[in-house]
Amino acid sequence: MKNSIGGKGSMSTASSITTWKAGDVVSVPDQFPAGLRVLVVDDDPTCLIILEKMLRNCSYDVTKCNRAETALLKLRENRNGFDIVISDVHMPDMDGFKLLEHIGLEMDLPVIMMSADDGKDVVMKGVTHGACDYLIKPVRIEALKNIWQHVVRKRKNEWKDLEQSGSVEEGDRQPKQSEDADYSSSVNEGNWKSSKKRKDDEDETDDRDDTSTLKKPRVVWSVELHQQFVAAVNQLGIDKAVPKKILELMNVPGLTRENVASHLQKYRLYLRRLSGVSPHSCNPNNSFMNPQDETFGPLSSVHGFDLQTLTATGQLPAQCLATLQAAVLGRSTAKSSIPMPLVNQRNIFSFENPKLRFGEGQQQHVNNNNKQVNLLHGIPTTMESKQLTSLRHTSQSIGNLNMQVAPHGAQSRQNNSSLIEMGQPLSRVQILNDSTVPLSVGQPIVPNGIAANVSTRNGIPENIRAPGYNLVSQTSSILNFPMNHASELPVDTFSLRSTLGMSDHTSKGAFHEDFNSEIKGSGGFLPSYDVFNDYQYKSQNWELQNAGMILDDSQHSNSLQGNLDLTQSVLVQQGFPSGQINGQNRSVPIVSKAMFSAGDSTEPGNLLNVNHHLNTIRADNTVRVKSESVADGNPSNLFTDHFGQEDLMIALLKQQQGIAPVENEFDFDGYSLDNIPV
Amino acid sequence: MERNPMRRQLASMRKSLFDQGYLDEQFMELEQLLDDANPNFVEEVVTLYYRDSARLILNLDRALERRPLDFSKLDGLMHQFKGSSSSIGAKKVKAESTLFREYCKSGNAEGCMRTFQQLKKEYATLRKKLETYFQLARQIGPMESANRPK
Repeated sequence: MKNSIGGKGSMSTASSITTWKAGDVVSVPDQFPAGLRVLVVDDDPTCLIILEKMLRNCSYDVTKCNRAETALLKLRENRNGFDIVISDVHMPDMDGFKLLEHIGLEMDLPVIMMSADDGKDVVMKGVTHGACDYLIKPVRIEALKNIWQHVVRKRKNEWKDLEQSGSVEEGDRQPKQSEDADYSSSVNEGNWKSSKKRKDDEDETDDRDDTSTLKKPRVVWSVELHQQFVAAVNQLGIDKAVPKKILELMNVPGLTRENVASHLQKYRLYLRRLSGVSPHSCNPNNSFMNPQDETFGPLSSVHGFDLQTLTATGQLPAQCLATLQAAVLGRSTAKSSIPMPLVNQRNIFSFENPKLRFGEGQQQHVNNNNKQVNLLHGIPTTMESKQLTSLRHTSQSIGNLNMQVAPHGAQSRQNNSSLIEMGQPLSRVQILNDSTVPLSVGQPIVPNGIAANVSTRNGIPENIRAPGYNLVSQTSSILNFPMNHASELPVDTFSLRSTLGMSDHTSKGAFHEDFNSEIKGSGGFLPSYDVFNDYQYKSQNWELQNAGMILDDSQHSNSLQGNLDLTQSVLVQQGFPSGQINGQNRSVPIVSKAMFSAGDSTEPGNLLNVNHHLNTIRADNTVRVKSESVADGNPSNLFTDHFGQEDLMIALLKQQQGIAPVENEFDFDGYSLDNIPV
Repeated sequence: MERNPMRRQLASMRKSLFDQGYLDEQFMELEQLLDDANPNFVEEVVTLYYRDSARLILNLDRALERRPLDFSKLDGLMHQFKGSSSSIGAKKVKAESTLFREYCKSGNAEGCMRTFQQLKKEYATLRKKLETYFQLARQIGPMESANRPK
């Protein structure tokens, strides 16, 4: 329908107008706003057809959808294909506000909500969810004539932000022109905008290496950027975090207060979803027994430890902790899932070994509180080169894993391994924090040990061995934790875990098994450690994170079904990166899809488990690794980890939103693997 | 020439639809969308409306047969129905929908049922009137159908 023009011929210019799309040089600026590309979503066919006709009569380029899912699909397929979205509030397959959130997060397009409902509450909801306008049905054509202003406004703000940050060339700017209510200059704007967009795009891409493929003027929240953002927020305290201060802390050229503000809003929503409580910065100073513990029960002690310790030791960036905590909080709702993380961790260990048998070995120990010490011992062994190498290998297979993650248990270990290899940054782990628990126990120790281990990820098994080992002992108490949990882990988690840590494992069905075997009874901590190290080590982890993020989306749907917590999804995401590692940046989304669908169709729980597992593993590893690895001098890796976390968070966030993004969840441009600095 | 009386008839038919409150300004909005490429746009929309709303009416009927009544579901269905009806300018039908929703909110089962019966009547009446109207309009010819308010 896009270019079907009414008999008026007024639309004939539409095609030429399309040139002023993002990234294009405007050839017919004076046509603006004609050719504005509108996507209208409404399940009511009568309304839909009327809106379509009205919009066509406004000389807009209209695409109509009667389902939110279809709309999201279209938007994802063609990210730069639309300028604005108009959506009904009440739709059968998805709440209009959820769609709004999705679009805001993924594509950052202006969205207009509409409804026959004119109650103040509904309108307010539109505002809080970020709608740029709210129309009451029946909609009149006059109301539609000026919707282009939202597009202009948004773009202007973006440009302005860039300009303010000084990163945009001044020459091209004619700043306040389009801002005037006098839209006669809109024509020029169209032209100006398009060229500006390009510059902005370029600027933005420069700022974020991953956005090179994107030619949108919008700020892309890459993992690094988001990590910086979270760090700033945590530093200020989530309650006190105001865009201006965050912006200052972040100190990113080209970033505007508006960018930060809108991102903060999304972040807050995300955190709210995770924890159900107002998010507050996770300060490393939290005692081991942070609140999360409570929710997780047995894990609590462990969780708190891990994160706290690491953070305290400075190894774990506050952000990570925050992320993890957030993840933990988010997960707290899913107690059952907790066990998974533990398990996952074990799996991580198993990563170490080509097979990630670790996990299996761990399993046994896990159940055995008394075996804490054993775990520790076991870890070093596993952690050593074996793990690292195995992790590496596994990362390769992560891509495969991703696919597998979805089915519970069915997932081959490979996925796990690949995930591990990814060396998911600690950030990921952070989320998992809950699950990781044991590892971090040895707070003070942990860092040491972890560092040792962490560094090993990069392939320096030795490091892990010694230090990790030491830590392990201290963390023994923590170790116990996982063990206990392991037993609790639902079967689904098994599948997850296996995927995570067991690259070589052919899906054994019970992740635990793998673990155990891998871990050799070391209690699993170590193995996870190793896995973790690998994660971090590899920028791929990043991808994992991204994948995780993607998975999150899918997970999200799963979670919807199976109330999977975010962490789970995170795990899944992690699995993704592996796919990426393989050099297919985009494979992740695909994988995630596969995973997702698998999860969806089969057992969402499984997918969740995986995620959960991943998260936990990562969290643990990251946590630990961070403390350790930092020493190793792979700060960048750690950083990446963080990113992964962020990505995960974002993915989680998306999931939280309840959207079942089977599709490229990975639409987070900012978080795409492309950006992963390897 | 022969069309003149018909046109006059059509015009008066249209006027009475508005005067008697069957249609509101939204219908005029639709008429404004008519153009050479879509000369029968309004009729097409109305046809689509009746087809789609028939389904909603059916669902509402069914839901009203359940005991106890699920007011929230009824309200949801009626909300959809109201949205469609208002978009074609079906004034009386829309008013009945609003009333129905009020009864739903207050949990008044009897009020709901009574209102629904009334709504169906209005709905049927409007349908007949519009059918007649469009039939005449088609007879007159696409470009010369009922006045299009400018």
